[in-house]
Amino acid sequence: MNTGAIGVETLHMTMRFGAFTALDDCSIHVKPGSFHALLGENGAGKSTLVKCMMGFYHPTSGEMLVDRKEARIADPKAAHALGLGMVYQHFTLVPSLTAAENLVISREDAPRVIDWHRERIDLQTFMADMPFQVPLDQPVRALAAGEKQKLEILKQLYLGRRFLILDEPTSVLTPDEADEVLGHVRQLCEEGTISVLMITHKFREVTAYADEVSVLRRGKLVGSGKVSGLSHADMAAMMMGDATLASPSPRMETAGAPVLQVQNARMRDRSGLKDIEIADLTVRAGEIVGIAGISGNGQMELMEILTGQRALDSGTIRINGAPYSATRKEAHKARVRFLPEEPLQNACAPRMSVTENIAFRSFDTGGFWLSPSDMRRRAADLVAAFKVKTASLDSPIQSLSGGNVQRAVLARELSGEVDLLVISNPCFGLDFSAVSEIRARIMAARNSNTAVLLMSEDLDEIMELADRVLVMSEGRISYDAPIAQADIATIGHHMGGHA
Amino acid sequence: MESDLGLWVIPLAILGGAIRVSTPFLFVSLGEVLTERSGRINLGLEGTLVFGAMSGYAAAYLTGSPWLGVLAAAAGGAFFGLIHGLICSLPRVNDIAVGIAMMILGMGLAFYFGKPFVQPVAPDLPSIDFGWWSDVPQVRAALRVNVLFIIGAGLAFAMWWMFRATRVGLVIRVVGDSTDAARAMGLRPALIRTLSTTVGGAFAGVGGAYLSLFYPGSWNEGISSGQGLMAVALVIFARWNPIACFGAALLFGGAGALGPTLQSVGISEGYYLFFAAPYVLTLGVLIATSSPSRAMAGAPGELSITK
Repeated sequence: MNTGAIGVETLHMTMRFGAFTALDDCSIHVKPGSFHALLGENGAGKSTLVKCMMGFYHPTSGEMLVDRKEARIADPKAAHALGLGMVYQHFTLVPSLTAAENLVISREDAPRVIDWHRERIDLQTFMADMPFQVPLDQPVRALAAGEKQKLEILKQLYLGRRFLILDEPTSVLTPDEADEVLGHVRQLCEEGTISVLMITHKFREVTAYADEVSVLRRGKLVGSGKVSGLSHADMAAMMMGDATLASPSPRMETAGAPVLQVQNARMRDRSGLKDIEIADLTVRAGEIVGIAGISGNGQMELMEILTGQRALDSGTIRINGAPYSATRKEAHKARVRFLPEEPLQNACAPRMSVTENIAFRSFDTGGFWLSPSDMRRRAADLVAAFKVKTASLDSPIQSLSGGNVQRAVLARELSGEVDLLVISNPCFGLDFSAVSEIRARIMAARNSNTAVLLMSEDLDEIMELADRVLVMSEGRISYDAPIAQADIATIGHHMGGHA
Repeated sequence: MESDLGLWVIPLAILGGAIRVSTPFLFVSLGEVLTERSGRINLGLEGTLVFGAMSGYAAAYLTGSPWLGVLAAAAGGAFFGLIHGLICSLPRVNDIAVGIAMMILGMGLAFYFGKPFVQPVAPDLPSIDFGWWSDVPQVRAALRVNVLFIIGAGLAFAMWWMFRATRVGLVIRVVGDSTDAARAMGLRPALIRTLSTTVGGAFAGVGGAYLSLFYPGSWNEGISSGQGLMAVALVIFARWNPIACFGAALLFGGAGALGPTLQSVGISEGYYLFFAAPYVLTLGVLIATSSPSRAMAGAPGELSITK
């Protein structure tokens, strides 16, 4: 087997799906041993390009060179045979298998009967040459996100891949974990073991680790070059083109009375093995409290006790000074509203219409009979006010795009007077313009004296919106600072549980 | 004789009963473990069990060989598993609904084809006398172990080994735990699930053959008392571990033997209650292992009940 990094080049690659051109005459060149970044908004064609390279799609036209030889890639197997490998955005490790089992079974030539003694010796020899280690005998589900990502990369090396595509490899990692993983990847490139093409939208990582960058916009290659010659502003301009963003609403001075007070709250986490403990959490009127942290550290459980989906073992929740046990009646009376993450699954009935989904907050306030005409009028008003794009008010809400589902749910939750708004990852998977609009709405709610509790994995989002930053790690709030005193590095350490 | 043993009769009879009654539970639950580990649920195994009982009895009667009966039962079970697997491979088909349909179809077909075999007597499966050393007839009776029980026990251990140290076993676990990971590996989840369901069906068919060819040892329409359905609960109780299935099958078998045992020593008070012991145990187990706030540990990630 050959070893060492290989170069890959696409020449005038075009991919059409019916009338829609997802990728238009795109030529990029990843040199052997280089770390190449691929930038672009959602829908810019990054995934289409790498799927063509890996043989998931067959490009409508265009060619590909692997190691300077023309390559026809019929399917992912053919790509693997040439030494091309891909690490997907969502982990493709099998959670209940151990790391060792995951590695051995991913091999094309996995033996019929596995001699674990011999495989273990082989694995140890392999690991000894690697710049980083992961525990081999634990089920993958027990590994932290950073370890899983390292294992994904190790798996590709174990399989003898010499050109790696990484699809947003740091989206679930803490800043410290991201730096560690990318540092190792960069080292492997410098040693000439692999070449890397990394899909990302984080400029910081491009500047810190990549040699070269290519930028896609609406399927076209709009710029490429050495990273050293480009500033963040240049890259943003290439990604965005001439689109303009809604500028963040100005922050008005509002200092209100405490709205949400959680004290000494204890609950079991989802696995039932650990406790979540919130000693003291206060959100005041006209304030955004941002909770940073990697998901799985208790944010979901905190959301669930506030929405009434999870029982509290001990402790108290008060809203405007009155005890609160999260029934629908109390939420209505105390004017508490929610915007959970992935709202299509968590805050909508996907197959019911836009009108019905918008009515979920208010349909039971009247008597026994519903008034379809009122519901419709109300939905029409909110759809217009929040610029929800939908074919009709009777379309099932699942037919809307992610950004429009988010707008529709936000419209429903922000209608009327709201004292407390609890939000989780509101902008996950949305494009730039939807993101800036949703954030502007959240800021507007704060400015009109709503107390906002914002849980987000996106640290930039918290730094942009919050008045006070908290970090949640291992089921506890480990950091609490006003935004003016908050410092990214310290927050990052707390997120990783290392402080 | 009974006076010599006193109340020792009861545990002895329960042990014997456990071995005798547990075999169908064991085969059906091993079949269900195989199916569920690949990411599908086959609720139709009750129908497969009854159909296996009928086809096994019929084949044994027609050929005169109980082992050809077992083979026929396995083939019938495999056929039902294959149908279930193929239907579930179609898009937007729910495995639980298909399973219920297959259960009713299996029982209906068994009763239809089995009508002529209610009267005739088929040869029994052989058993091995492990109690030869004892003079006590109760001990000898309890230790008369059917060959299928031994095969089933061996199968439980073999499956445990297979899931740990063979390519086939790991591939089934991969497919059952994450369809995405399986696809990324170039595996074909639908094919692997269909094959697992087919083999699982064959196991359930063999469980049925045990019912008609050994204990109780005749073919009639009331041959199964829901063993095929309870085995599904048993799999959850055993946390999808074949060796734990063996233990759980013995436990359920013992509970099933409680009623007849107490009746034989003359306790008739609450007679029907003791006969309900396995069902009460099923309910108890399901309640005890449930939790409103916790995800189930050990469950294959692709199962439609745990998703």
